[in-house]
Amino acid sequence: MAKTAKTTALANDDIGPETRLELYRLQVEIRDCEKRAHDLFLQNMIKGTSHLSLGQEAIAAGFGVAMKKGDKSFCTYRGHAHTLARGVPMEAMLGELMLRDIGLMRGKGGSMHLTSVEHGVMGSYAIIGAHLPIACGSAWRAQYLGDKDVSVCFFGDGTTNIGAFHEALNFAVIWKLPVVFVCENNLYMEYTPIHEVTAVHNPAGDRAGAYGLEKIVVDGNDADVVYRTATAAIEKARNGDGPSLIECLTYRHSGHSRADPGKYRPAGELEKWMEHDPLKIYKQRLSDFGIAERDALAIETESKRKVEVATELCKASPSAPEELLTTDVYADGGWAWRN
Amino acid sequence: MAELSYRDAVIRGISQEMERDKNVVFLGEDVAKAGGVFKATVGLYEKFGPLRVRDTPISEQAILGAAMGAAMTGLRPIAEIMFSDFIAVCFDYIANEMPKISYMTNGQIRCPLVIRTGNGAGVRFGAQHSQSVENWTMMIPGLKVVAPSSPVDVIGLMAAAIRDDNPVMFHEHKALYATKGEVPDGEIIDTLGTAKILRAGSDCTILALALMVPRALEAAEILAREHGINAEVVDVRSLVPLDTQTILGSVAKTGRLFTVEENPRLLGWGAEIASIVADEAFWDLDGPIVRITTPHIPLPAADHLEDLALPNAARIVDKIKRVMNG
Ligand SMILES: Cc1ncc(C[n+]2csc(CCOP(=O)(O)OP(=O)(O)O)c2C)c(N)n1
Repeated sequence: MAKTAKTTALANDDIGPETRLELYRLQVEIRDCEKRAHDLFLQNMIKGTSHLSLGQEAIAAGFGVAMKKGDKSFCTYRGHAHTLARGVPMEAMLGELMLRDIGLMRGKGGSMHLTSVEHGVMGSYAIIGAHLPIACGSAWRAQYLGDKDVSVCFFGDGTTNIGAFHEALNFAVIWKLPVVFVCENNLYMEYTPIHEVTAVHNPAGDRAGAYGLEKIVVDGNDADVVYRTATAAIEKARNGDGPSLIECLTYRHSGHSRADPGKYRPAGELEKWMEHDPLKIYKQRLSDFGIAERDALAIETESKRKVEVATELCKASPSAPEELLTTDVYADGGWAWRN
Repeated sequence: MAELSYRDAVIRGISQEMERDKNVVFLGEDVAKAGGVFKATVGLYEKFGPLRVRDTPISEQAILGAAMGAAMTGLRPIAEIMFSDFIAVCFDYIANEMPKISYMTNGQIRCPLVIRTGNGAGVRFGAQHSQSVENWTMMIPGLKVVAPSSPVDVIGLMAAAIRDDNPVMFHEHKALYATKGEVPDGEIIDTLGTAKILRAGSDCTILALALMVPRALEAAEILAREHGINAEVVDVRSLVPLDTQTILGSVAKTGRLFTVEENPRLLGWGAEIASIVADEAFWDLDGPIVRITTPHIPLPAADHLEDLALPNAARIVDKIKRVMNG
């Protein structure tokens, strides 16, 4: 019986083993890297703040695999996952969190401003909602120049109550821009449950109709579902058929940021969601599709090794050099505002 | 050489750059088909078409955000914010996003765009449509700030702003749109960060910006004619970058400095310049640096009250005469 189900599933498989392993690899690496980031906090090797997306890996991975080279992503301060999902080397990411010279911005940007233009990671924005209009602008450029890239913009449920969200959606729709808005509904803004401060059940999905968009609400913990949804929306945008707004339902396993133990969460909630952990779901999925366990294990082993190598490289890297203090304020590379 | 209005100079400046570079695109509320509320963009839509000159919804955050996203990825947008007062609605982009992206990304991203806006008083629009807000933007590292006073400067500085690789605030003065000036034929390109000595003088320096420039010039004529005071008038033109050399040079020559500002008194740009001059040219000074400003009030709408608030030639003359004759 089980065998027949497996055979049918494989026959209808629109994703394929290679892509599935890639989805798994990204999720595992994001998870391991973020857990390492957490350990490094505890050792005070990462200072300031940092926002992990433990539990939300399937979204970054699903989009990361669906996006093509040249596509642009716009993330928030909770952007480690999206940054890694675009192929940014782990040491450049961790190095930035540790404010080392090896980091993406050589320690000048910090964890909330991860950027790698080379990989299409067009910045992480720490003012809620600011990047939705900015992603529209990137999409406008693509439309105007006839470039074929799509701009993908990630943000949280809390962001849907800020003006820029509404302005950006209307703007993107009337200009038919190749942009995909991805709301990661992890049920909380910082410490307040989203339902306490939002008049509708699905903060993004329920508003889509107001802007002439389809309501799309999906299981954000299932990388296959995210990957399929992402592929369709990105394809639609690339074909000139305009923007989409996707609400991915998910849950963050840890607090909002480093300082937050997440005590406001009701008893049992985390446990319930741990049952629906994206990595757990996905490992099972690999097995359901007959993918050899040793392939999954190889990915896990390699991920651990990568994290070790990256950590050591970062530890050995000097901190941000002093001369960076006054560079790149203006486009001439300097900071002179007067002669 | 032809006479051109400040308003038509805006159109010509933008046209000149859009003709030259197809990456220059333009967006704002009512700017395309309607030609702008101040009629300062008439004909651009007809000339450059709907892909390059675009009407937007009333969404100031989306206008500036989209301009920024496009600038970061390869275009050179000009975004209009109808009245400068409204930049408060989208100040995040002006204060946090555009000017910091280069620094935060360690130079990976540049943001070459121009924000044009109708600044200043004199047209009886009341407290929320009349402010002079160039000092709001002057204090932000990473942003450039320009405010021309004449048609020829509008064209040249517009070209320089559009060709600059930084975000530039371009403050047009509402009360100057109808004023005229001689403008040479052909392409005009100016340089940001250069002040202009508009009237040479030996007794004192009057620094002014935008609408205050013609008023300072008028005052200088009266001072010379009626009071024997020969004032040098310097048009600051660009607050960032600031042409400190020209300013200090003028003060070294005259020994006296008066600033004429339209913004309310507290922390107007004249305060910064006064501080620089006090710091770096103290021994050149023969007397106190004096700022002539609008009082620290929102602007009234009634004609006579608005006139009472803004510095004008008579008030500039009066102040300078009293200080100079000590
Ligand atoms: C304009 C603005 N207001 C408030 C904050 C402080 N803040 C940082 S994160 C956050 C919660 C955002 O929640 P959500 O959009 O759901 O994203 P999540 O953190 O869940 O990914 C808040 C209020 C901010 N950064 N910017």
